[in-house]
This record gives sequence, structure tokens and C-alpha cells, in this order.
Amino acid sequence: MLRFLFRRFLGAVVILFLLSIVTFLLFFGMPRDPALLMCGKTCNPASLANIHHVLGLDKSVPEQYGIFLHNLFFGSNQFAQGPCPAPCFGYSYHTNDQVWSTLLDRLPITVSLTLGGAVVFLIVGLGTGMIAAWKRGSLIDKMVTAASMVLSSMQIYFLGPLALAILVFQTHLFSKPAYTDFTSDPVAWFDGLLIPWVVLSTIFASQYTRMARSSMIEQLQEEHVRTARAKGMSRKYVFFRYAWRGSLIPIVTIFGIDLGSLLGGAIITEYTFGLPGLGHLAVDAVSFSDLPLLLGVMLFSATMILLFNIIVDACYAFIDPRVRLS
Amino acid sequence: MTTLTKEAGAPVPADADAFLSVRDLHVSFKTEDGIVKAVDGLSFDLERGRTLGIVGESGSGKSVTNLTILGLHDPKFTTVEGEILLDGQELTTARESDLEKVRGNKAAMIFQDPLTALSPYYTVGRQIAEPFMKHTGASKRAAWERAVEMLGKVGIPNPKERAKDYPHQFSGGMRQRAMIAMALVCDPDLLIADEPTTALDVTVQAQILDLLRDLQQEFGTAIVFITHDLGVIADMADDIMVMYAGGAVERGTMNEVLRSPQHPYTWGLLNSMPRLDSDLDEPLNPIPGTPPSLLTPPSGCRFHPRCTFQDRVGGTRCVTERPLLAPDRASACHLTAEQKRTIFIEEIKPRLG
Repeated sequence: MLRFLFRRFLGAVVILFLLSIVTFLLFFGMPRDPALLMCGKTCNPASLANIHHVLGLDKSVPEQYGIFLHNLFFGSNQFAQGPCPAPCFGYSYHTNDQVWSTLLDRLPITVSLTLGGAVVFLIVGLGTGMIAAWKRGSLIDKMVTAASMVLSSMQIYFLGPLALAILVFQTHLFSKPAYTDFTSDPVAWFDGLLIPWVVLSTIFASQYTRMARSSMIEQLQEEHVRTARAKGMSRKYVFFRYAWRGSLIPIVTIFGIDLGSLLGGAIITEYTFGLPGLGHLAVDAVSFSDLPLLLGVMLFSATMILLFNIIVDACYAFIDPRVRLS
Repeated sequence: MTTLTKEAGAPVPADADAFLSVRDLHVSFKTEDGIVKAVDGLSFDLERGRTLGIVGESGSGKSVTNLTILGLHDPKFTTVEGEILLDGQELTTARESDLEKVRGNKAAMIFQDPLTALSPYYTVGRQIAEPFMKHTGASKRAAWERAVEMLGKVGIPNPKERAKDYPHQFSGGMRQRAMIAMALVCDPDLLIADEPTTALDVTVQAQILDLLRDLQQEFGTAIVFITHDLGVIADMADDIMVMYAGGAVERGTMNEVLRSPQHPYTWGLLNSMPRLDSDLDEPLNPIPGTPPSLLTPPSGCRFHPRCTFQDRVGGTRCVTERPLLAPDRASACHLTAEQKRTIFIEEIKPRLG
């Protein structure tokens, strides 16, 4: 197991390395010059060249990449804005803030949004899916299936404003979404994130409902499940011990992917509810051709996705003993 | 000897001695194409300590019959009529909770493919211990010890350690042994073995058959042995029932059915067995035609479209009238007893060698 994890981590590092190269190349492949955005109205070739020099853009691409890597691992004191300890992604072109500390700043928002949402959509999604599978063919099953179809075709940018309009602005049942730090005021934290959680979960839960239902139904038709029934085990026992265990694999797989990509930034949700998380940063980075920020967000999101991939693979070993030994 | 019973239609009182008694069983499935009559008027009895071999092609209703005995069919799509009496208890109308008490306890089942029939997620020991805990109320520890004991009994070396293994760590033959241990853990009176050796290679197959025979001697279990392999049935069964298209076409003791078969279908089965001492270039003799669709079973005798002896019966009886299966030693065919005897001796037997 340890060797397996070590191998996977090593692989992840290689992927991140390649990804940073690709991001670099793509950035410089863009026809847009970030210096132009900073140059302002009175732009002339001299000031443009000056900005290029300040940003280090006048160096060759491999040279810049080398500096980027060096700064990432060893930090740098070369920045005009001040020192930049490792891991140093440099300073944002646009805000002049240190990228790494900006990321750390925004991270709690995204983590709160993701984890809270994940708890809700896992419980609701798996719960309804399993009820539907248990009562397969019944009215409840049909209602759950229909509802999950409708909800999964919803979009956050539609459902979100709708929820805001009805629940917040008209009925005042909930407060306006906003982020408060958990450590400073847990109640306000919960209150401010409730609506985003519910809206995010509504869309994700329906996907889990359908998945849980279909994989439970598939598992219930497995021969070893029939054997368990032939031994006289009760329906409930067979359902929760035998069939459930088998349906965990696809569920864990999808959950890992979802969690990883949500932690990399739930762009639309963050925008809909005005929560300045990592998704917000990603959009900013692209719109302002902000290379340091872009690299920071890219690598951070990719790390999350790779990390959860590894966690999922490790979970397989817990769920299925056949994986454990091979 | 085992009393093999009377025919469908007229409700015959169950044999008082029989441990398992199936009366006029009809099982049909609702499918998108229509209703499939998988079992159509089947009756048989089985006494304790004896083995009934059920032979037939795929789709003849062998497995369905036995899944129905334990109530393992999907009740939503299945209609069951008739009677199944196990030690006097009616099973077709029994509640699920009562059936749970029967399954694995009084009547257990062994399936064809032990790789897919054992759960990959739990240790072999746990899977054997589970029904023991459930049916006897034993503690976890006692049930585990019982599982280890059973594994030893079915010939798994070093059972104490092997009980902690998962099914995929067992070989095919060992898995089937574990399956047998699981089925026998509560000393069932009836064991239904659904093609238990089909997925195994021949040497392992012989070991498993030996094991089943030994265990039957030890525990006095009644066995229903389903197979399409006539060689295996000759090894195992006291009595044989031949099934075709959802019904029994012939029954009798093992010797009667294999030595002097009376039904054209049984002849076909015997004739289609390749022999080791035949010439290499001698073609196989399959039964012509294919098994009928059970959505629209043939009229009259179910076997008539494939039967080469129809003209001996004369007229259209085979097409219009379903032959009945008489009590005891019998075959469901319109040929007269004399015809059956002479055709077998003069035309079939020489070919069997």
C-alpha cells in the first residue's frame, strides 16, 4: 500500500510538472500581451518595454520557466513588491498581491462551499437513490427517478438566482449568501453558505441519486447477492451488506472526481452567489492574462484533482479485497 | 425407492413419506415479448437421503424450478401456481420472513459458478459463518469456528488460515468446496445443487461429486442435482427426471432411465453423447431442431417438432394432445409401451454401443 501511494504521488508530481509546462506554453502562445493591460492610456513602446522588463517577460520562455520553477521551490527576493517565500508563484500582475497568499486566502471559501455541499448531496443523493432501489418499480421509485431527471437538467445559474429571489429577497427566510470565517463566527458561516450548499447539492444530488439507484439495482442482480439470499440472509442485510458494498466503487469514483474538481473552484456557483473563492480567481486570472495567478490556480486545481484520484484509488483497496492484492 | 409421482392436472395428495413434494407447479415470467411459461405442470417427490437428478437442455426449466422452491424468483415478474411442500410446509404462498428461515437452514443451494456466486467482498469464513449465526443464533466466534470446521470437512487444507481468505484467493475447485461448506453449515435436509460441477474441470468435478456423496451419507441430506451432463447424473443420482420445455418427460430410477429409456427425447440425449471409443471421424448426433420458445410452446406434445417417431404414433395425436406422465416409472409419450421397448432395443441401443 505504501509503495503504491508513493508511486502514485510520484506520478502526480510528474503530471503537475508537465501541466505547468503546457500552461506556460499556452500562455505565451496567446496573442494577448499582458503588459498592454497594465500599460494604460498613455502607452508607448518605451513604457511597454519597461513593463515587460519588470514582469520578466523580456526573457526567453525557457528562461522564464526556469525562474518560475526556481521561485516555486526556493522562493525569491527579486520581486519589486517584496520578498516571496517558497512556494512562490510570484505576484499577480493585476492586483500586485502575492499569488500563494491569495490562494490561501480564498481557499477556505471554496473548501467550505465544497465540503458543505458534498455532505448534503451525498446524504440526499445516496439516500434517495437507495430508497428508490429498495422500492424499485413503486410510485416512490418513479417519483424519485423523475425528480432527479428534472433536477439534473437544471443549471446553477438558473436555480441559484431563483432560490435567491424566492428564499432571500421575497420571503426573507434565509440571509443573503456571504462568507464569514468559520473560526470567527460559525453560525454566520453556516447561515451565509446555506443557500449555496442547497443549490449546489440539488444539482449534484440528482446525479448521485441516479447512480446509487442504478448501481444498487445492478448489484442486486449479481449472483453472489442471490447466494446471500439463498443462505437465508434477510433482504435488509443483503441490501446493505452485499449489494451496497459493490455499488460503492462507482460512487466513490465519481465522488472523488467531483470533490477534486469542486475544490479546484466551483466557478459558476461562486459567481452566482458572489463568493470570492478559487473559481473566481481562475476567471480573474484568465481575463487579466495574469500569468502568475493563472499558474497558481491551475496547479492548485490540478493538485486537488490528482490528490482525490489517489484517495479514490486507495479507497478501492478498502472496498474491494481483489484490488488490495494485485 | 423414491416414489416419483402422478401426473399434473389431477391434484394428487402429496406423498406422506416425501420430504420435498412438488405438485403441478406452474411458473411463468412476464417479459416484454409476452408470458414465458418456464415450468408448466411439474410434479415430483423426493425422500430424505436420496438424490434426484434433473436432466435437460438449457431453458428446460430445471433451474427455475429449483429457484422457485426457495422462493428466489423475482415476485414482481413471476407467477407461481401449484404446491411446493417441504417437510409439510407450503412454500409457494409462504411469507418472505418464513422463507428466510427455510433458506440455508432446512434447504440450501449450491450454484453453478462459485466465482460469481461467492461475494468478492467478504472472507470465505465470514460467508460460511453468516447463515449459521442467523439460523442457530450462535455467537460470532462460535460461528467462525463452525465455518472453519466445515471448511475442514469439505477438504480444504489448513482451514483455520484459509477461512480468512477471500474467494478470489481460492482455486475453482476450492471455491466450490467452500460453497458446499456454506450450503451445509446448518445441516440442511435438502440440498439443491444447480450444475455444481459444470464450471469445473473434470478431475475436480469427480472430487466434488465424491464429496457430495460422502456428505450425503454423513448427514442424510436429500439432494436435487441439476445437470445437463448424463455422465455426472449416472454417478450421482438414485432417480432421474428428464425435463423438456418446462415439464417432465420421463422419470424412473437411474438404471431404468439410463438403461432402458422410453422417451424419444431421452434417446436423443443419450445418442448425442460422444463416446471415447467411437471413430474420430464419426459425426456427433445432435437432436435435430432447437429447444422450443416457451413464449409460444408447441401444441400437443412439446417435443413433437423435433421428434422422429411421430409417424409411429399415427394420426395427429402428437400435435393435438399433450401426453401425460403416469405415476412412478413413466414417460410422457404417445408411443405404446411395446413400441417404446422395441424401438429402443432395435433402433436406439445398437447406436449407443
